[in-house]
Amino acid sequence: MIAFENFTPLTGLTGGALIGLSAALFLALNGRIAGISGAFSTVLLPSPDARPKRWFILGLILAAPLWLITMGTPTIVVEQPMWIVVIAGLIVGYFTRLGSGCTSGHGVCGLSRLSMRSLVATLCFMAAGMFMVALTRHALTLIA
Amino acid sequence: MQALKINKLDIAALISGLIFGVGLLLSGMANPKKVLDFLDIFGAWDPTLALVMIGAIMVTLPVYWLFRNKTTSLLGVPIQWPKATHIDRKLVIGGLGFGAGWGLAGFCPGPAIVAAAALTPAAMVFVVAMALGVLLHRTVHG
Repeated sequence: MIAFENFTPLTGLTGGALIGLSAALFLALNGRIAGISGAFSTVLLPSPDARPKRWFILGLILAAPLWLITMGTPTIVVEQPMWIVVIAGLIVGYFTRLGSGCTSGHGVCGLSRLSMRSLVATLCFMAAGMFMVALTRHALTLIA
Repeated sequence: MQALKINKLDIAALISGLIFGVGLLLSGMANPKKVLDFLDIFGAWDPTLALVMIGAIMVTLPVYWLFRNKTTSLLGVPIQWPKATHIDRKLVIGGLGFGAGWGLAGFCPGPAIVAAAALTPAAMVFVVAMALGVLLHRTVHG
């Protein structure tokens, strides 16, 4: 059942187009794929290609204060207890490196260059994400 | 940073990152509840995330297509297309594992960093844990 009261197609499409514009610019100007998990890892680990990616991450970070000043406080609701957040963070950090990408690198950039590898990765993380939510919200009711 | 002087490539990357972050905030994807509502196909399903991806790909795909045979960017640096094409266990297990962690808290790397920068405590904790996960991967896989 679609929850139409939560569905925000216009800001979704517009925000998505901005994400797409960002990925397009990063390739057209810097010659790089806008993969956040990979870019984030260059902040932590030495990499010959770190410089543009570190600047990209700095821009990503600065988006938050820009939004706070111009648009006010964004709605960010976290319902999980902190220990779940910690486990989730560890898993996301580890497995995005193992699979060489996340929602941005595989989902947006990979699909945009019609990469079969990224399609497989995207189907995997979508399926696993849906499975995990089915488990936690419906099967286990871990998050009440 | 290797050099002291900020060049136009740095500014270009900064602006790209800034636009990405604004896109995440505008689309609602910096809100993990909205992401989980998309993944919740058995509950009150919110299809917004699908439209975010469609909106993004509609812009990125044609630009990538225009650049598909180019070797240098408009600012004169080499374009680095990913070279890997093989579908192996690492890719599949990485994708499945990432999805499981994504579905657990509703955070993927980009939104987590943006929400942390907006001083959301849980997102700040998530980003630290994610950093540890990245370092753990480096330790295990070298």
